[in-house]
Amino acid sequence: MSRLVIASIGPASSVQDGGRHGAQRYGLTVSGAMDRLSLAAANTLVGNEPFAAVVEIGPFGATFTAKDGAVRVAIAGAPRNADVAGKPVAMDTSVTLKDGEALTLGFARGGAFTYLAIEGGIKGEPVFGSLAVNARAGLGSPYPRPLQAGDEFTVDAASGAPELRIELPKPASGPIRVLLGPQDDEFDDANKALFLDSEWKISATSDRMGYRLEGPAIKHLHGHNIVSDGTVNGSIQVPGNGAPIALMMDRGTSGGYPKIATVITADVGRLAQTSAGTAFRFLEVTMAEAQEEARKFAQLIRNLPDRLRSSDTVELNIEALSDANVAGYAVSAVDAGTWQVTAEP
Amino acid sequence: MAATLPPPRLLPSGDSAVTVEFSRTIDDAANERVLALDKALAASPIDGITETVPTYRSLLVHYDPGKIGFDALGEKLLALASQPLPPAARARRWRIPVAYGGEHGIDLEDVAKALNTTPDDIVARHVAGDYRVAMIGFTPGWSYLSGLDKSLHMSRRQSPRLFTPAGTISIGGIQAGIQCLAAPSGWHLLGRTPVRTYQLHRNPTFLTEPGDRVTFFAIDHKTFEEQDRAAEAGEIIAEQVIA
Repeated sequence: MSRLVIASIGPASSVQDGGRHGAQRYGLTVSGAMDRLSLAAANTLVGNEPFAAVVEIGPFGATFTAKDGAVRVAIAGAPRNADVAGKPVAMDTSVTLKDGEALTLGFARGGAFTYLAIEGGIKGEPVFGSLAVNARAGLGSPYPRPLQAGDEFTVDAASGAPELRIELPKPASGPIRVLLGPQDDEFDDANKALFLDSEWKISATSDRMGYRLEGPAIKHLHGHNIVSDGTVNGSIQVPGNGAPIALMMDRGTSGGYPKIATVITADVGRLAQTSAGTAFRFLEVTMAEAQEEARKFAQLIRNLPDRLRSSDTVELNIEALSDANVAGYAVSAVDAGTWQVTAEP
Repeated sequence: MAATLPPPRLLPSGDSAVTVEFSRTIDDAANERVLALDKALAASPIDGITETVPTYRSLLVHYDPGKIGFDALGEKLLALASQPLPPAARARRWRIPVAYGGEHGIDLEDVAKALNTTPDDIVARHVAGDYRVAMIGFTPGWSYLSGLDKSLHMSRRQSPRLFTPAGTISIGGIQAGIQCLAAPSGWHLLGRTPVRTYQLHRNPTFLTEPGDRVTFFAIDHKTFEEQDRAAEAGEIIAEQVIA
C-alpha cells in the first residue's frame, strides 16, 4: 500500500463518484461528480470503473504527494497547468508519482472541476453504494466533508502500467440544451421566450447544490409557490426574485419553486464546467433529440476505453502551451505535434 | 369508487425522468394515488425505471432513456395510474414524543399570540392531530405531514432561519413536519423530538415511509434529554402502533 497525501487543496474539493442512488424517496441527496464525462475519463485512464470515487478538485490549485511507494493517477476535466517534479503533465493523461514526488495542479483555466483518479480507486465505506461527500447529511468516505491539507488516502501501489492519454471528442460549444418543463405552464409565452432568448451568466455564489443564473427576471403566472415536488440534476427552478437556479448534484430531492426547464443529461456536465461570469444561452430541444443525446452520452462513457492511446505519442511543448494560455485560450494536446486551441466558452 | 380514475398529467423532467402529476394542490386523495402508483411499480417493475420519488401530488419516475423512451414509459404509467386503487392497506402508525416550547420550540409562544390563544392550547391542538406522512424530502428523513388542524394553518415566516436544530417539530402553511437533521427552515418551531427519522448505522436507516400515520405526544424536557441520549445510541424511541 502507498499513500497519497494532500499537501494543499482549495475549497469546493471533495471525494465524488457516480452518486448515491435509490434513496431520494427518503430525502437523500444524490451528490456525485459535477462532470460525469471527466469523472469517467480520469477513471478509465487508470483502469478503474467509470464512476469510481475520485478527488473532485474545485477551481483553485492543489498538490498531492506520494508516500510509502509510487502512486499512479490521472487528471481530466477543467484544464490547468500540472507538473510532477517540474515536468509538465497534460490533461487527460495518467502519470505515476514516485515515492516522495508531488503532483502540483494550478488554478482551473476555464471550467471549475478537475478530476484526479487514483489507480485502484479510493478506499472507503460506501453508503447506498457511494463514497460521495454530502456534507449536510454527514456522508462521504473516507472524509465526510470537503478535503483539506493533511488529508490522505491509502491507495494501491502503482502497477507500473505504461502511461496513457485519452482522446476525448472536442467539447461541444454553443448553447446549453434544455427541455421545457415540468412546470413551464407556470410561465406565459413571453417569459418562456425571455428565458430561452436571453444571455445568462453563472453567479459567483453558485455551488454544488445550485448554479444561480444572472440575467433578466423571469415572472411567474401564478406566484412562486408550488406544492413541493421532485427535482433532478439540471432542474431550473425560478424562485420569487425571478433569478433562475439550475439545481446541481447536491440539490434537495424536492423543491417548491416552479421549474421552467431541465438541462438535458448530455449537457449537465458542460453547464457544471461553465465558469462564473461567462455568458451563455439556452436552447430548447425536443424529447426525441434529448433522449438521443442521452443515449449517445452513455455510449461515449461506455466506450471510453477505446479512446485510450499510449501517452508517449505526444511531445509536450510547454512554451506553446503557456503562450496560448496567456492569450486566454484553453489548449489541449490532440495528437502528436498538434494542438487544439479553442477560445474559452 | 369509479372503475377508472382520471389520468394524471405526464410532465417531462428532462430526458431521464418524468413527473406523474395527480394534482396541483395538497390533496390526500391525490397523495393516495401517488403512493398506489409507487407501490404498483414496486410490485411489477417496468424495465428501465431506476428510482421513484413520491411527493404530495406527484410521483417522480427516474428512468434510463437507453432502455425505455418517454412515450413508451408514459403509456405504461398512464395505464397503471388509471387502475382503481387497491383497498387501503392498514397503515403503520408512529407515536412520536415531543418536548414542546422553551428552547426546543422557540416559536410556540408567538404562534399562540398570533392565533389569540395559549401555548398549552396550541400543543393540545397539535397533539390531537392524526397525521399522515405525505412525502419525505429536502434533507434525509424530513417527513412532510398532512392532517394539520385547520386552526393551526398559518403562513411561513417572512424570513427563513438559516439554522433550525435536528429533531425540530414544526408547522408551515397547511403542513406539519418532522425534521431530522439541522437545516434552514421558514416554518414555525413548536418543539423537538428525540426520534431520528434517519440514522445512518441503525436498522432501519429510515424510520418513516410515505403513507405512515403519525401522532404526537408531549414529554417534558428532562425526558427529552434522556431519550435523546438513547436515540443517539441507536434506539428508535418512537412507538409503533399496530392497529
